Amino acid sequence: MNGVHDMGGMDGFGKVEPEPNEPMFHEEWESRVLAMVRAMGAAGAFNIDTSRFYREMLPPHVYLSSSYYKKWFLGLEEMLIEKGYLTREEVAAGHAMQPGKALKHGKFDLANVERIMVRGKFTRPAPAPAKFDIGDRVRAKNIHPTTHTRLPRYVRGHVGVVELNHGCHVFPDSAAMELGENPQWLYTVVFEGRDLWGADGDPTLKVSIDAFEPYLDPV
Amino acid sequence: MSHDHDHHHHHDHDHSELSETELRVRALETILTEKGYVEPAALDAIIQAYETKIGPHNGARVVAKAWTDPAFKTALLEDGSKAIGTLGHVSRVGDHLVVVENTPQRHNMVVCTLCSCYPWEMLGLPPVWYKASPYRSRAVKDPRGVLADFDVTLPKDTEIRVWDSTAETRFLVLPMRPAGTEGWSEEQLAELVTRDSMIGTGFPRTPGAPS
Repeated sequence: MNGVHDMGGMDGFGKVEPEPNEPMFHEEWESRVLAMVRAMGAAGAFNIDTSRFYREMLPPHVYLSSSYYKKWFLGLEEMLIEKGYLTREEVAAGHAMQPGKALKHGKFDLANVERIMVRGKFTRPAPAPAKFDIGDRVRAKNIHPTTHTRLPRYVRGHVGVVELNHGCHVFPDSAAMELGENPQWLYTVVFEGRDLWGADGDPTLKVSIDAFEPYLDPV
Repeated sequence: MSHDHDHHHHHDHDHSELSETELRVRALETILTEKGYVEPAALDAIIQAYETKIGPHNGARVVAKAWTDPAFKTALLEDGSKAIGTLGHVSRVGDHLVVVENTPQRHNMVVCTLCSCYPWEMLGLPPVWYKASPYRSRAVKDPRGVLADFDVTLPKDTEIRVWDSTAETRFLVLPMRPAGTEGWSEEQLAELVTRDSMIGTGFPRTPGAPS
């Protein structure tokens, strides 16, 4: 979706402000939100792409004015309601009012903690040979799906060069909508800064994205 | 609602907004617990694991080893996950880590314009600035301007390569080894490796500079 989350190349957000000796969490609740998202995802309530999509669907003014973990919280609460794991009445009451829905991987208890600290695998067997070789010129498609996608707006319609092939990966555009993993070849595609930003762009800049094969056309 | 009002009457406006979030987060945890989805002790354990087991010290060890062991460096640039998997002390990196090398000709910088993708296992949880709009919007268009916000200046003809983390691949920058460190041990070198130098928004410390 063409949301405010897709902010590569936007102007007006001001300076980057690093915080010296930044703590891991600024408020205790932030750590609880992180843990709940990790736990409910590991229990099978949602996949990582669906959770990203729910953050993207926050209204633009909410997205831009909420802190990072506030966005995580708002996305989590809405997603769990829509997927039937809790109700708006329960949220309003602050307590459970009916039994829980079965989770694909069961209750998240202490025995599950260790496994989530190892990063998941996203590669899958290839359903078809790769269409592109290293060095091929490709054009990022000019597409504007209203659902989740990982093709940022700033490269759409532009020509780049395939630099790496990462194998076949879970396709976020399908997984986010719970339409299955639909594995697709994943490439690093490099664009010249001036192709993206025009003649005034930094001549020393190259930008790459990791692009799934359905995002690309041959040139 | 009058209860909420009473509860907050000592606080200023900003603080009461924060407290409202705090209450909502607690309520959600209560519901998830009562419905049998999560065990609060397991949430505690997740937080403790993040606080103690991951962090930029993991990435720093990898960089320091690459600086001292040419065969490891070659393997690391060839397949980051596989090379790091051979190190006993860092084993949680997963399958999709790509290590990119800074040279006098090319400087690498990593961003996630769409959300906040970051190599947690190597660097810990990302800092707020990495997840915030100014960095995410500007890194792909004006990286030299972003670097200026970090007081970092590159020679004007150095190529800047920005890696936008748009998939589940993760990127770690291998910074250049500082001059004046000949003969240093891996442990000494690791002390010079900063988090920002592995994102590409900074350089390693130089010998003798305050940390």
